[in-house]
Amino acid sequence: MNGQRVPTPNEIIDIGKKKFGDFSRMLPWIILIFFLLIGLRGVIYSIGPDEVGVIQRFGKYIALSSPGLHVKIPFGIDKVTPIKVEKIFKEEFGTRTSMSRTGTGYSSHYFDESLMLTGDLNILDVRWIVQFKIKDPVKLLFAVRDPLDNIRDISEVVMRRFVGDYTVDSVLTTKREEIDDISQQEMQRILDEYETGVHIVTVKLLDVNPPEKVKPAFNEVNEAKQEREKLINQAWEAYNKVIPKARGTAEKTIREAEGYSLDKVNRARGESKRFLATLTEYKKAPEVTQERLYLETLMNILPKAREKYIIDPKQSSILPLLKIGQKGGE
Amino acid sequence: MKGAFRTFLGIFIVLGILVMVAFGSGALYIINETQQVVITQFGKPVGDSIASAGLHFKTPFIQHAHYFEKRLLDWDGDPNQIPTKDKKYIWVDTTARWRIIDALKFLQSVGNEMGAQSRLDDIINSATRDAVTSHLLVETVRNTNRILEAKGEEGEDVIVTEEALEHIEVGRYLLTRAILEKAKPLAPQYGIEIVDVRIKRINYVEDVRNKVYDRMIAERKRAAEKYRSEGQGKSAEIQGQVAKELKQITSEAYRQAQIITGKADAEAITIYAQAHSQDPEFYTFLKTLETYQNTIDGETTVVLTTDSDYYRYLKTLGPAK
Repeated sequence: MNGQRVPTPNEIIDIGKKKFGDFSRMLPWIILIFFLLIGLRGVIYSIGPDEVGVIQRFGKYIALSSPGLHVKIPFGIDKVTPIKVEKIFKEEFGTRTSMSRTGTGYSSHYFDESLMLTGDLNILDVRWIVQFKIKDPVKLLFAVRDPLDNIRDISEVVMRRFVGDYTVDSVLTTKREEIDDISQQEMQRILDEYETGVHIVTVKLLDVNPPEKVKPAFNEVNEAKQEREKLINQAWEAYNKVIPKARGTAEKTIREAEGYSLDKVNRARGESKRFLATLTEYKKAPEVTQERLYLETLMNILPKAREKYIIDPKQSSILPLLKIGQKGGE
Repeated sequence: MKGAFRTFLGIFIVLGILVMVAFGSGALYIINETQQVVITQFGKPVGDSIASAGLHFKTPFIQHAHYFEKRLLDWDGDPNQIPTKDKKYIWVDTTARWRIIDALKFLQSVGNEMGAQSRLDDIINSATRDAVTSHLLVETVRNTNRILEAKGEEGEDVIVTEEALEHIEVGRYLLTRAILEKAKPLAPQYGIEIVDVRIKRINYVEDVRNKVYDRMIAERKRAAEKYRSEGQGKSAEIQGQVAKELKQITSEAYRQAQIITGKADAEAITIYAQAHSQDPEFYTFLKTLETYQNTIDGETTVVLTTDSDYYRYLKTLGPAK
C-alpha cells in the first residue's frame, strides 16, 4: 500500500488515501463477517430423521443429538458424527449382488466364503445374508474399531459352526429355518459380548447347494425318489384295476347262487303242489287212473321211438313179430 | 459500538493465536474417545498411559504423545494347513479379537500394531496348531453330538460316513476356548489382551476335497439305489396284496354261493319229501312215467314183451279171434 502512495501524483495520493481510509474502516466488519460465515457453517448442523448425532468435545463423547437443527461449538472443538439408526444394512456371504448399468442385478460367487463342512464331513455351498441395524451408536463408534469386519467374521464363524452341526440333508431341506434362527441368536450374543452396538435383524440362508461336482449325484437321488413314488403308484394303479372288478365278479357269483336258490325252491313248491293236486284226484279212482296214465304215456312216447320190437317171452329167440311204425311191415 | 467490536475482535484473535501456538508447540493435545496415549520425554516414558478422552496438557517441545487404539481390534490370520489327529489335512482360518490394555508395555515391547499383529500370528497360530493336531477332524467340525442324536428322528434317510459317526468329546466351540486359554497368558507381556479366538473357516486341502467329493457321490448313489429298491419292494408288496385280496374275494364269494345253494337244495328236498310222503308209490309211478317221456326219443329202440301191460290185450285177444 505504501508503494501505491509513493510513485503517484497528489490527486491520486488523495484518492488512494480516501480509499485506504474506507478500507481500514471496513476491515473489522469484513473480518467479522468472514468469521461469522465460518462460524455459522460450523455452528449449525442438522441430523436427519433416521439418524442420531454423536457429539464429541475435544474428542470426548458428551451427548447424543436427536433429528433436527442443532448448534455446536465450531473450530473442531465439537465434532458430530451422524449415525443412521433406522436403516437396515445388508451383508452378503458367498455372493455379491451388484447392479449393472441397465439396472438388473447380477451376482458373483465367492467360493472361499460359501464352501463349508457339514457335520457328516461333507461339503456344501452355502450362501446367506445378514441384515442388521445400529442399536447403540456410541458403542458402534467407540467400542470396536471395525464393526463391519466383526459382523462379517462372526457371521462366518457362527454359520460354519452350525452347519458343522447338521447333516447335508437337513441343511438342504428341513433345518434351514432352524439354522437361520440359531445363527441370528448366536451372532447377536457374540456381537453383544464385543459391544459392537449392532442389532442383528435377520440371518437368512439363500442358496444351499451341493458342490458342482457332486450335484449330478444329488439329482440322481431325487430322481430315484421320484422313481420310487412312480413304482408305488403304478402298483396301486394295478391294484385298483383288479380288485374292484374281482369284487364285482364275486357279487355276481353270489347273486347267481341266490337266483339258483329261488329257482330251486319255487320249482319244488310248484311241483309238490302239482303232485298233491294230482294225488287228491288219483285217490278217488286209483286203478283206473293209473291204467289211463300208463297208456297215455305210452301213446305219447311210442311214436317217438325209432324202432319198436315186440317179443313173446315164451319164445327163446328174439324174433320180431311185428314192426310197428315200419312202412308196409313184412 | 465500534470500539467494542474492535476489542472483541482483538481478544478473539489473540486467543486464537494462543490456542494455535499451544497446539503447535504440543502443550495441548486431544485424546479421542477411541484412543489412549503414552507420553515420552526424550524417548523415555513419563507416567502411565492416558486413556480418558478430552483435552490434555503436556510440556511442549520436549514431551511427545504416542497414540494407540483403545477399541477392540481384529486379528485375522492367514489360513494354515494343519493335519488333524486322524491325519486329515485341513485349512484352518482363525480370527481373534484383541485390545491394547497396557499402552506403555505395548509401546516398549512391540512398538506398533504391525508388530503386535505378527506376535499374535505366532501366539494364536501355534495354539491353533496344537489344538487341531491333537483332535480328530470331527471335533473341529462339529460342535455337539446333535447328528448322532438326531439320526433316529430323521429316520433311515440319513446316510452318514463312518468317520462322522465318531462321538465327539470337545467340539469346535470348546476347541476354540482351549486355543484362547493357551494363547491368552502369552499376550500380557506385550500389553495385549486376547479377548476371543474363533475358528472362521475349516476346509479340506485340495486333494482331500476331491476324495470327499468322490465319497459324497458314492454315498448319494447308495441312497439312490436304496430308494429304487425300496420302490421295487413296495411295488412287489402291493402286487402280493392284490393276489391275496383277489383270492380272498373269490373264495369268499364261492363260500357264500355254496351256502346259499346248499340251503336251497335242502329246502327243496324238504318240500318234495313232505309232498311225496303222502303217497310214495304213486309218486314213483308218476315219476317213472315222466322219465319215459323224457328218455324216449327218435333215437330209441323200444323192445316190448307181449307180457307187458301194453301188449297184454294184443296177446290174449289174438287166439280168441
